[in-house]
Amino acid sequence: MITIPYLTALTTYFSYGLLFAFGQFRDFFRKIFDWWQASNLQGYAPICLGLEDFYIRRLYLRIQDCFGRPISSPPDAWFDVVERVSNDNNKTLKRTTVINRCLNLGSYNYLGFAAADEYCTPRVIETLKKFSPSTCSTRVDGGTTTLHSELEEVVANFVGKPAAVVFGMGYVTNSAILPVLIGKGGLIISDSLNHNSIVNGARGSGATIRVFQHNTPSHLEKVLREQIADGQPRTHRPWKKIIVVVEGIYSMEGELCKLPEIVAICKKYKAYVYLDEAHSIGAVGKTGRGVCELLGVDTADIDIMMGTFTKSFGSCGGYIAGSMELIQYLKYTCPAHLYATSISPPAAQQIISSIKVILGEDGSSRGAQKLAKIRENSNFFRSELQKMGFEVLGDNDSPVMPIMLYNPAKIPAFSRECLKQQVAVVTVAFPATPLLLARARICISAAHTREDLVRALEVISRVGDLVGIKYFPAEPNKQQLDDGRVKLE
Amino acid sequence: MASVAMDMLRAASDWLTLAFDAPSAKAVVFGVNIGGHLFVEGILFVVIIFLLSQKSYKPPKRPLTKKEIDELCDEWVPEPLIPKIGEEMKHEPPVLESAAGPHAIVNGKEVLNFASANYLGLLGHEKLLESCTKSLEKYGVGSCGPRGFYGTIDVHLDCEARIAKFLGTPDSILYSYGLSTMFSAIPAFCKKGDVIVADEGVHWGIQNGLQLSRSTIVYFKHNDMESLRKTLEKITQENKRAEKVRRYIVVEAVYQNSGQISPLDEIVRLKEKYRFRVLLDESNSLGVLGSSGRGLTERYKVPVEKIDIITAAMGHALATEGGFCTGSARVIDHQRLSSSGYVFSASLPPYLASAAITAIDVVEENPDLITKLKENIALLWKGLSGVQGLQIVSDPESPILFLRLKKSTGSSKDDLQLLEVIADHVLKEESVFVVTSKRSTLDKCNLPVGIRLFISAGHSESDLARAAEALKKVAASVLHDEE
Repeated sequence: MITIPYLTALTTYFSYGLLFAFGQFRDFFRKIFDWWQASNLQGYAPICLGLEDFYIRRLYLRIQDCFGRPISSPPDAWFDVVERVSNDNNKTLKRTTVINRCLNLGSYNYLGFAAADEYCTPRVIETLKKFSPSTCSTRVDGGTTTLHSELEEVVANFVGKPAAVVFGMGYVTNSAILPVLIGKGGLIISDSLNHNSIVNGARGSGATIRVFQHNTPSHLEKVLREQIADGQPRTHRPWKKIIVVVEGIYSMEGELCKLPEIVAICKKYKAYVYLDEAHSIGAVGKTGRGVCELLGVDTADIDIMMGTFTKSFGSCGGYIAGSMELIQYLKYTCPAHLYATSISPPAAQQIISSIKVILGEDGSSRGAQKLAKIRENSNFFRSELQKMGFEVLGDNDSPVMPIMLYNPAKIPAFSRECLKQQVAVVTVAFPATPLLLARARICISAAHTREDLVRALEVISRVGDLVGIKYFPAEPNKQQLDDGRVKLE
Repeated sequence: MASVAMDMLRAASDWLTLAFDAPSAKAVVFGVNIGGHLFVEGILFVVIIFLLSQKSYKPPKRPLTKKEIDELCDEWVPEPLIPKIGEEMKHEPPVLESAAGPHAIVNGKEVLNFASANYLGLLGHEKLLESCTKSLEKYGVGSCGPRGFYGTIDVHLDCEARIAKFLGTPDSILYSYGLSTMFSAIPAFCKKGDVIVADEGVHWGIQNGLQLSRSTIVYFKHNDMESLRKTLEKITQENKRAEKVRRYIVVEAVYQNSGQISPLDEIVRLKEKYRFRVLLDESNSLGVLGSSGRGLTERYKVPVEKIDIITAAMGHALATEGGFCTGSARVIDHQRLSSSGYVFSASLPPYLASAAITAIDVVEENPDLITKLKENIALLWKGLSGVQGLQIVSDPESPILFLRLKKSTGSSKDDLQLLEVIADHVLKEESVFVVTSKRSTLDKCNLPVGIRLFISAGHSESDLARAAEALKKVAASVLHDEE
């Protein structure tokens, strides 16, 4: 739940209204020009229909330079951002050879495994030489090597489930698994802010989809009771099964899932729990085992555990962990297992090695240090930002912290000003967030030193004053905040 | 009877007269003489108003009480999450102890590998390994972010430019996984109301994309141009609005499910006649078809601009991973913000992008690899002609040699089991690794199952002869009573 000040809401609406009106105005003239010239469509309908890419043409292109900035180094604590120039009002951007060394507050490099690592990298290169970059085959054909079997064992062991299956891409893991588990006559109850891959998977499954208010167990219970009592739409037959899908850490909110409450409710109503730990696995918990460990939930209570290796482990791909039978069934029929190229061996080795480091099996205490560091870094950074008066979302211990910007003009302003001062931040706007709730997102890494963070805080504070996003008074007084603010979901 | 009725009639008329003659009926209100008629009408009017003001009858609404809902919740028994595990589900694939090159090690034994789509034999190529190593040392393994948020590494941009240059298209876009390419690209361009005509043999990635697009989908008979023509004709005729909606033909260059090759010249002719756009999946033809490996367009000498959207997975001939989509600048730019698998997923690990660049360089520098592959395909074809109980259904140019049972047992499950037995024997007894075309329960493709052999330029003549002999021998022993 985000509360937005009346005045900010008004100016934000006004800004978007103005952008929209001006865009429409330009489109109008565009149409006249097009009409003037002969149509080159020759009987085809236009490939992008008018309003479909209105947002891209008239809003996004103006601030295109804030997104997709190329880098020319690993996404470590500091990285090289390649500068781009535009000669046509930001319509196209050209790479230059100028490089800007920036502090990286954008990558999901939670444990700092993105850069070369003394333990992982030599093993990865060794694996590359032995197994080549690809298997050119699917897992059920010739794409299962000893490395893949080892990886699945290591992952199952790490997350605390009897078995696991791995895929080469996190997005595909979600979107190809849900249709296998549930179909017509089933019900998926999904958190309103779940990731697009879950939404796509749910849509592809053919099951009915209901949404509950973001991270609100009481609303989940209400939806569950209503749905079980009502049954399927029209026929009122009882649901075949119900799967509740939640995420461990919500990547755009930085919030931890209220897992204990949600699990208790699902148990009570016999719904299956699907937990997506894309951002939490490896990043939180005493030994990096994710939200279950952090919040004290027994992994046996989670039916399907999903996660990705892109973030904390600095690799690529995703996994599903669950009971032996579940994994056996998925391996038998999941399209991502049957039709997709198996995960690249060096990437698999990176995951195995980084998990070994996290668990201290490499014979050092680096893993434990990294975990302590990310926790300390995150909590320090969050509390400092809050002290400065920024509106920071998310919970303690979560390495993701969004700072609310709201106004569309503040998106490029914040991003460009920070970049000028060698701090690279991510700004997020529609379609990744609701139109009104644009934000900057900071991802803290264990690779950041205290000096890095202090420096970043100084820059963000300066830019925050300049852009005017310190919506709270410094050292906020909770009581005053609730007055004069509209509630927004 | 009649007298009773008469009595009633009389009584009624008496009442009426009484009402007309009533003293009040002759009252004068505001100068208006209220006659008997007005009096009766007035009463009727009041009655109508009274009736109208009454609520119509509805059964009383009684929402379920808390207790009832509790009971319903208690009574509800969900199905198990997964069906019971049958014997066929416990099948474990062979585990490789080496790279999946033309010769691999399974269970400590060297086998001839026909299971990897390593068409040009680039797997394990020195130059690829070198560029991967360099890239790994420079960039690490993962990119730790989606393309929009500092996940764009300069090699991604170089790779996109290299692919576009190789294929002669204006621009291209990289996806981090082959499978996600099609199911993200299709929904980016097709929405509800659009019409897609697709081959019934397309692979699952495309099927999923079609489903997610929510467009109207019409399938035509597998690789049958007459059926395609009829379908297009029918859609254009029937649908008056057809000119206004976007229309697409979706085909694969080399069908993963049958090894057939799409006749692109004919498709382009039909597309231009009926004004459809073409989406072509070149996953199994890139680096294989055409004199320099530029795929199906080169094979049929069709200018690449005529194909609106081309997608391909890079996990085959290029021996890396990921996928790409290529086409006009407008097609590519639109995907950069509208394609879910691109926007919402971490980008391709940089070393795999480096590998792709190098692989294309190698293909361009060594056209003899393609010639070698073509020779190998012809050799295996010749070797396998006359194999007992099986027939080759794939195209003579296809790098996937697809063997189907001559006499189906009647169910595709039993067919698959039978083929599985053959593949198993060939691996265990003859050390030749071949695979069957397994199907997911989600796959809607109805083409017959078969044994697939992925031919590589890395196979030697003796390898191919050995494989053909092995298959012939096992097929003869397993299928001896089939003929």
